[in-house]
Amino acid sequence: MSANGKYETVIGLEVHAQLLTDSKIFCGCSTKFGADPNTQTCPVCTGMPGSLPVLNRKAVEFAIKTGLAMDCEISLFSRFARKNYFYPDLPKGYQISQYELPICERGHLDIKTSEGTKRIGITRIHMEEDAGKNIHEGAGPYSLVDLNRAGVPLMEIVSDPDLRSPEEASEYMRRLRTILRYIGVCDGNMEQGSLRCDANVSVRPRGQRELGVKVELKNMNSFRFVEKALEYEITRQTKAIEDGEKIIQETRLWDSAAGVTLSMRTKEEAHDYRYFPEPDLVPISVEKNWIEEIRKGLPELPGQKIERFIKEYQLPEYDSELLASEKPLAEWFEEAVKLGGNPKAASNWIMGELMRLLNEEGLSIEEKPAVKPAMLVEMIGLIENGTISGKIAKTVFEEMYKTGKQAKIVIEEKGLVQIADAGSLAPVIDEILARNPKEVERYKAGDEKLIGFFVGQVMRATKGKANPALLNELLKKKLS
Amino acid sequence: MSIDIKEVTHIAKLARLSLTGAELELYSTQLSGILGYVEKLKELDTGGIEPTSHVLDLKNVMREDRVRPSLPEDEVLANAPDRKDGFYRVPRIIE
Repeated sequence: MSANGKYETVIGLEVHAQLLTDSKIFCGCSTKFGADPNTQTCPVCTGMPGSLPVLNRKAVEFAIKTGLAMDCEISLFSRFARKNYFYPDLPKGYQISQYELPICERGHLDIKTSEGTKRIGITRIHMEEDAGKNIHEGAGPYSLVDLNRAGVPLMEIVSDPDLRSPEEASEYMRRLRTILRYIGVCDGNMEQGSLRCDANVSVRPRGQRELGVKVELKNMNSFRFVEKALEYEITRQTKAIEDGEKIIQETRLWDSAAGVTLSMRTKEEAHDYRYFPEPDLVPISVEKNWIEEIRKGLPELPGQKIERFIKEYQLPEYDSELLASEKPLAEWFEEAVKLGGNPKAASNWIMGELMRLLNEEGLSIEEKPAVKPAMLVEMIGLIENGTISGKIAKTVFEEMYKTGKQAKIVIEEKGLVQIADAGSLAPVIDEILARNPKEVERYKAGDEKLIGFFVGQVMRATKGKANPALLNELLKKKLS
Repeated sequence: MSIDIKEVTHIAKLARLSLTGAELELYSTQLSGILGYVEKLKELDTGGIEPTSHVLDLKNVMREDRVRPSLPEDEVLANAPDRKDGFYRVPRIIE
């Protein structure tokens, strides 16, 4: 038995999501990304003595909204706590976070695995403020501190240790990101750090009840890195156990350039945060009707949308999942169907050509407003009524995508109308047959596979405009 | 209850303070004295009383999500011992 089969991996994720508020969580400074250093700071977020924090109502609303989207229990009574540690990016000497009594607890999120749907528990969701940013200048003796990010509202979403592989972990991250984007509480941008992920990972012999010693992984800022870092760490821990070494409880950083995890600090020197209730902020008592109001504002969630697409449009699960992965894409698809587009045809064009062209430019559908569902619907109609072939349609679609012109105009300008009358097609076929007497002979002698050769030749001569059904019919007639 | 030298050393480390041997001893004595004083409160029977986290009888003090002007750069950095290009400059901090 391989080492992998003997051991089981246990993973829990702590995801930090930046909330899409305009202002910071405890003061009115802007949260906009990319401003000049320290231009979005004030006495509150720089920790000046005598300043007092005041909670941003929207941050609470967003945290509750997230909790509802993940079937959490919303705490009717919640409060903030101080997490004490010293670091230059934390001007107060403590981070305002939540410890006991977080805003949401006990929810879940369903993920797809090779063995079907799996339910992953959500332990808790709490609110906290972000820290500033440190920049280390080369090898010089200084670091630079920018406090624009200090006080930006974050939500920490902690999963139960229910994940069993790197693939499950990244699938969980993807699902989570999709939900956060659907409900509009986080933009999910991992590169800019608005969605960050830490993982607790341990390995234990299969069948053992108690968990192995866990290691905390940090600094995985893409789905791919989440998988790679976990894979590396699982291999490292498994080998250590096989070699009879002890796993040390520690924090390790993922080094994406080297493709390894490196020890950052061990438990013995771990921070002792000395949490206590934040005296500067009064408790939150969530009114039930506020929760209901927020619940009413929830959009259809990805899971619900996938189910509905399968039922309402008879789409395969694969199509539904892909279309529902981004809300604007799902809306684009539904708009096309509403305008009369055949759902499966629309789905094929979106998943194939549209996604390919968008990916080539690194754009999402909402960044390409010139490409409209109506244009696709019109083009599908032109395929259905035989004006263009499916093959030519690819050229038409790409041209529509690039120029924003309607299918009819593209077809006219480029002379792409299908040759669908025998009178125009027959002379072309005759010419091809006359030019290839040997092949004609072989075909007549029984090598019927050569039909493909003739089709190809005619298609080339007509630049792909021949109607395939008519072409086949005429060819067979002439060759018999 | 007393706070021994080891405990003071640990707390000093968390607070990023470097203390001399004499200071460690001084603070050990002083902190033990303070805790001894607080220890007296333990004589009170507080069974059945909810721990107090806030002394004010207030809840739900919140503000609307509206951006307000931040401080001008010069004011922000006015108290900084050192700066560079709008950043605070501090001794190197790689952990």
